[in-house]
Amino acid sequence: MNNNIYKYILSIADNSLILGQRMGELCGHGPSLETDIACTNISLDLFGQVRSYYQYAAKIAGDERSEDDIAMLRKERDYLNVLLVEQPNTDFAYTMARQFLFDVYHFLFLQELQKSIDLTLSAIAVKSLKEVSYHQRFSSDWIKRLGDGTEESRQKMQEAINTLWTYTEELFHQTEADKAMVAEGIGVDVTKLKDAYYSKVNNILEEATLTIPESKYFQKGGKQGIHSEHLGFLLTELQYMQRVYPNMEW
Amino acid sequence: MIATEQHIDSKLIRILEKVSDPEIPVLSIMDMGVVRSAIIENDIVKVQITPTYSGCPAMDVIGDDIRKALKEAGYKSEIELILSPAWTTDWITTRGRKALENYGIAAPLDAEADKDVLLRGKKIVKCTHCGSTNTRLVSQFGSTACKAQFQCNDCQEPFDYFKCLK
Repeated sequence: MNNNIYKYILSIADNSLILGQRMGELCGHGPSLETDIACTNISLDLFGQVRSYYQYAAKIAGDERSEDDIAMLRKERDYLNVLLVEQPNTDFAYTMARQFLFDVYHFLFLQELQKSIDLTLSAIAVKSLKEVSYHQRFSSDWIKRLGDGTEESRQKMQEAINTLWTYTEELFHQTEADKAMVAEGIGVDVTKLKDAYYSKVNNILEEATLTIPESKYFQKGGKQGIHSEHLGFLLTELQYMQRVYPNMEW
Repeated sequence: MIATEQHIDSKLIRILEKVSDPEIPVLSIMDMGVVRSAIIENDIVKVQITPTYSGCPAMDVIGDDIRKALKEAGYKSEIELILSPAWTTDWITTRGRKALENYGIAAPLDAEADKDVLLRGKKIVKCTHCGSTNTRLVSQFGSTACKAQFQCNDCQEPFDYFKCLK
């Protein structure tokens, strides 16, 4: 098995799985019925994308493992998602700020992944991009509504952006698997997305009358499996059924 | 495999047209454009279907329904899910668009008008109840990921709009 491509697929898919789980947590808990439904629809899109990636990863692994095993039966250190997506739903401003900071990246990333010489990854990217363009619109809209809203909503959104900002630079950090995949024409050179990312994010923040954080201190580690404490709790809930009732289906 | 056009064996069209979208029962999967090919090879029908959205939960049911419909017609079948080329709302047939409207779902506009509606609040989407275009967007995501939720300012009724996907 080609370990680099397997790991590479997981590093893309895990972002969608973990963010999908976070958005799914809002099912029945959204601030209004419409936003509740929107968040869970975004979650559903992400899970759909995840299935395509994991099915492909399982095929590459070529052993007994299935897409479900990959999603449900790995240990915390084996998940390769960025720290940003595992951050909790502290309040709705955090939820939307996290979504927005990821969506802008996700869109740019998929645009490039479409050009991959790997036809499966390219097909998933083409398909997902259409969905992610709606996610990006939705979250950008909320950044503007809350940022340019009341004094309280602005303050909450500013705080969320300030807190989550520290996780943005990891999006552009390249692992060894990343580099190998870029060299083969399969992967995306994320370092080249950075300028476009901050320019797009900063434009929306300005439009939302928010202050662009100046912090130069950034956290990373998720791509190497070194996570924040939040991931363990998330996985406990995500994996519960499969751990307690192994091989359960419905 | 990349299928850019639909390849449906003429003997199978009638059978497949009877299979409906589980979430929009008035709409045939053929009118929805999710069946990309159906050919008979050594007495086995090979069908390729493509999802409207990646996470569309209807795909498994659609696969089962196709298998059942073909079995009733005396065919064994193999169903394959393909992603490329990606589904677009352009593949919904004219009859399909009509069926959507009759069911209470506004049919997708073209890409530019879709943006005008969803981003710039333009009043173009026609209310499926009273026909007025004096309508407003309630939420970019409706009862399923492929729809947005609207309300008519004239008759006050809520309705779904099928978002443009290109």
